Amino acid sequence: MIETPAVLTPALIQEMDEAMQRYGYEPSKLLEILLDIQKAVPRKYIPKAAAYYVAEKMHLKITQVYDVISFFSALHETPRAKYPIQVCSSVVCKVNHNCFVLDTLKDVLNIGLNEVTYDGRFTLEEVPCFGACDKAPAIRIHDVVYGPLTTRQQIIQIVQRLAEE
Amino acid sequence: MANTVSFMTRNFGKYNPSSLDSYEQIGGFSALRKALSMTGEQIADCLAACAVKGRGGAGYDMGKKWRQAREVNQPRKVVICNADEGEPATFKDRTLMENDPFRLIEAMIIAGYSVGAQDGYLYLREEYSHLRPLFQNAIWQVREKGYLGENILGKTGFSYDVHLYSGAGAYVCGEGTALVESMEGKSGRPRMKPPFIKQCGLFHLPTCVNNVESLCLVPSILLDDKKEYLSYGTQNSVGTKMISVAGNVRNPGAFEIPFGVKVRDIIFDLAGGVKNNHEIQLIQFGGASGKIARPEDVLDIPYTYEDLTAAGVGVGSGAILVIDKRTSVLDFLLATQEFFFHESCGQCTPCREGNTQMKLLLEKVMAGMHTGEDLQNMKKIIMIMKNASLCGLGETAQNALSCAMDLFPECFAVKTEGN
Ligand SMILES: Cc1cc2nc3c(=O)[nH]c(=O)nc-3n(C[C@H](O)[C@H](O)[C@H](O)COP(=O)(O)O)c2cc1C
Ligand code: SF4
Ligand code: FES
Repeated sequence: MIETPAVLTPALIQEMDEAMQRYGYEPSKLLEILLDIQKAVPRKYIPKAAAYYVAEKMHLKITQVYDVISFFSALHETPRAKYPIQVCSSVVCKVNHNCFVLDTLKDVLNIGLNEVTYDGRFTLEEVPCFGACDKAPAIRIHDVVYGPLTTRQQIIQIVQRLAEE
Repeated sequence: MANTVSFMTRNFGKYNPSSLDSYEQIGGFSALRKALSMTGEQIADCLAACAVKGRGGAGYDMGKKWRQAREVNQPRKVVICNADEGEPATFKDRTLMENDPFRLIEAMIIAGYSVGAQDGYLYLREEYSHLRPLFQNAIWQVREKGYLGENILGKTGFSYDVHLYSGAGAYVCGEGTALVESMEGKSGRPRMKPPFIKQCGLFHLPTCVNNVESLCLVPSILLDDKKEYLSYGTQNSVGTKMISVAGNVRNPGAFEIPFGVKVRDIIFDLAGGVKNNHEIQLIQFGGASGKIARPEDVLDIPYTYEDLTAAGVGVGSGAILVIDKRTSVLDFLLATQEFFFHESCGQCTPCREGNTQMKLLLEKVMAGMHTGEDLQNMKKIIMIMKNASLCGLGETAQNALSCAMDLFPECFAVKTEGN
């Protein structure tokens, strides 16, 4: 995927400064800070320039910042989408036909796994169990879990609601 | 015997989880008041008397842990609540936190008082980010009310605060030293032990880590004048337990049961039985790192530490995963193997290479292309991973596969000749 140019907008710089201030520039809060920054970036990832900015402002080595970004699967180095749709790939969802959910989403959005819709609104990701096994098969979009998803209609409704937002 | 009880879940639905006032109206923070009238030692003794075993999976004696933490002779100590709940099929901690967040905060304060800590940290997995506002709000209200801060409830010298931390999607961070690494702003790779975190953990301070459920038991136990807790369970498995039942069942959910309920009653009564009355293929206990059993070997045993161990499985994370016969044993194993392949931190060779090779070998078995030598290699890798991995992830990753090779040898029958 190609990195979008000119990512360090004044708005993002302000978001980053606020995120670091919120946690008092505390190095032990690096994860929270990066998660908050990722949330503020329209395509929900940590642009390279943002990682460098955080390292500089927090007096951390860039290697430490990237060690953290690359280690944790909730942090992303490449552009995603406004709404990353995370489909659980773990065992409970698997035995409850998560393949139906994934296939339907691919069909409805007309994209494959880890691809992004042309408008940058949706991407499809597979993730391990997020603890919603009582709602299997489940998907997660930001802080919201949807499940159990057993009909095409349910899935279309979720996508449509977000497409209109 | 009733199949469910409300001991640590007694507040569910009884108060508004966003309001400290409403928690206090149903008796919230009376356990802290009681605790502050006792010594830290007496509190640990109380847990020891109830034989509470840690509920995060390892089952360490909780009273002993608190006593040891207390005895560490250092001026600054920390308490961590492990809310990383990452074992697939496990969601009992989520259920406790969603329904009764103030109980957990109260318990963390009691823990701090008992072991002599100044700070408590709640490490909440990123996947539970929907609970962050609930806890931010709860901690703020509790601080405003003076249950956190200096000289809490007039107890001179007891100053304590609670801080919320987030994970970021790494199962291994549930392991104590990895959790601490991640809280220090680093990647979550487990540390070499010793030093153990009880002596040198977060920010080099003595650290006492407990699971959400372990902590949630504490307020109820402290207020249990009538010894209700001791009336539940069996001689070797005292009290009640949160379990989560999932898979091909009609009514998946988290339940508080007294130890000793029959596995059959858990699956067929509490969880409503298997969907469409399919036959059960296998049952996994304790999450992806747990062992598996054939239904005929476990359905009629009581859910206790001792009976599960005797049947070759264990309590672990408290999850019970029911898989019916529409999923093959090998498909199930591959899903489990893919999980560990994805989650291994890659730091030590047995686990990194072991999980990679086991995935390839399993795929070979599924294709019917494996030889007798492949099976020998699988057994060898299982043994090496179990004995030479740096942390519990590598040690337990092959539990299910290892059981399956014994229980379902037909799935591993060699179909090709040669090497
Ligand atoms: C790979 C791995 C993952 C773990 N994940 C968790 C977890 O998500 N939650 C938890 O409470 N304990 C987890 N544990 C166990 C903890 O290391 C620790 O034993 C536990 O939090 C101690 O609390 P307890 O004594 O109250 O059970 C994990 C252990 C390992 C090796
Ligand atoms: S056993 Fe696995 S998860 Fe644990 S330290 Fe080694 S590689 Fe990392
Ligand atoms: S297995 Fe899908 S949410 Fe747990």
